[in-house]
Amino acid sequence: MKLFFEDFKKYRYFLLQLVKKEIKLKYRSSYLGVIWTLLEPLLTMLVLTAVFTKLFSRNAVDDYPVYILTGRLMFSFFSQSTTQALKSVRNHSGMIKKVYVPKYMYPAASVLSNYIMFLISLIVLAIVIIVRGIRPTFYIFQAIIPLVTVLIFSLGVGMLLSTVAVFFRDLEYLWGVATMIVMYASAIFYNVESVSTKANEWMFRFNPVYAVITNFRAAIFGRPMDGFLAWYSAGVALASLALGAIVFSKNQDKFILHL
Amino acid sequence: MSETVLTVDNVSVKYRLTEQKVDNLKEYIIRFLKHQLNYKEFLALDGVSFTVEKGDRLAILGSNGAGKSTLLKVVAGVLKASEGEISHEGNIVPLLELGAGFDPQYSGAENIFLYGSMLGYSKDFIQSKFDEIVEFADLGQFINVPVKNYSSGMRARLGFSIATIVEPDILILDEVLSVGDAAFKKKSEKKIMDMFDKGTTVLFVSHNEDQVKKLCTKGIVLDHGKMIYSGSAEEALNKYLKK
Repeated sequence: MKLFFEDFKKYRYFLLQLVKKEIKLKYRSSYLGVIWTLLEPLLTMLVLTAVFTKLFSRNAVDDYPVYILTGRLMFSFFSQSTTQALKSVRNHSGMIKKVYVPKYMYPAASVLSNYIMFLISLIVLAIVIIVRGIRPTFYIFQAIIPLVTVLIFSLGVGMLLSTVAVFFRDLEYLWGVATMIVMYASAIFYNVESVSTKANEWMFRFNPVYAVITNFRAAIFGRPMDGFLAWYSAGVALASLALGAIVFSKNQDKFILHL
Repeated sequence: MSETVLTVDNVSVKYRLTEQKVDNLKEYIIRFLKHQLNYKEFLALDGVSFTVEKGDRLAILGSNGAGKSTLLKVVAGVLKASEGEISHEGNIVPLLELGAGFDPQYSGAENIFLYGSMLGYSKDFIQSKFDEIVEFADLGQFINVPVKNYSSGMRARLGFSIATIVEPDILILDEVLSVGDAAFKKKSEKKIMDMFDKGTTVLFVSHNEDQVKKLCTKGIVLDHGKMIYSGSAEEALNKYLKK
């Protein structure tokens, strides 16, 4: 454990460099650069709002554009950070084979760089909230809980995925399908009350991504959080981090033989 | 002058050689069900022990596939030994395949920070040495060009310049005494010689007899993963040549 902290201290600048690199390279050859972090969710929000209010009848209780944006921002952070973390060890195989650094820094950098972009993209949410005339209440401070929970959860899942992906390359495709299922089960563009029945209630109740989205929305729209979902998602997040860390550290010495 | 800086104690490295690399789930399950998951075990290093004292310059000799590079990787900490222990004091600088950690889309200047941080240097340290690195690599305006457009010699020059910016306690050399063109070769050789003169401990893999004779004080000979000789450089060279 002491060794872990010493190592972290020595290589924390490397972690920073990795995070910087992922953000920099993502927008390197685009004209608008980092503005895309704001523009992209805004555009998808407009498309989804148009589709679901003009084509389908909507029955959301909350303000629909804000409802979509909260769900989508959080979900896309989760899916993008875990997908990138999954590939991170493989993508850095050149480094891993040549120089010693603590290997968990690769998936951690993927998740952290996405988290920073996610936080930046919350600016667009703030703007939409103001434009739509929603008055934030004191409950807005509760948003910190789902925001931290989703980070811990993504770190855990990312470490787990990056380990397994070293041994099985097809995980990348499986995870693409899995995130799609999570998306449809997270009530991003529909209202849960309108679709939930006794038979599918569990799907929302035990989906940690749905839990963080719901509590995030509660904070934005000025409602108290759902206590069960808050505790449950925090528990799942910590458990996934523990599991991810254990699986990763148990297998990391074997990575080099499989890359 | 008898301070031990590196101890390699009974180190073995076991590789699993599959006949076909199974790296997807489908194939793994099929082979698992058919009981075809056979691995051949292969000992790249087999119970190697030696110690290096401060200021020693150790030649590691052996024919191709004898385990020299594996040994260097274990010492550098990239590869974990299956059995045995390694302990060292001070910082190790491996000059193995220079520039392997570069990001091709990053410019030379950006890679100095990336690669430097990877070697465990702090931001302030890299910043203070930045000009020195740029000057030594002598890449001119190419320092702001993505590394993917570099020639292999330019890459190696930049890698060498970054890696040798610290004064290492233990230097690992894998036949990279000469990189780049004639002028840079001279410069890099001089830099390494300066380190030698300062009493840096060196692990040196080479097939070049003259270099070993000239530079090394001690030698070990590896053969199929086993250490068959450990002693003076000259004797090691004789053993290696006779074999």
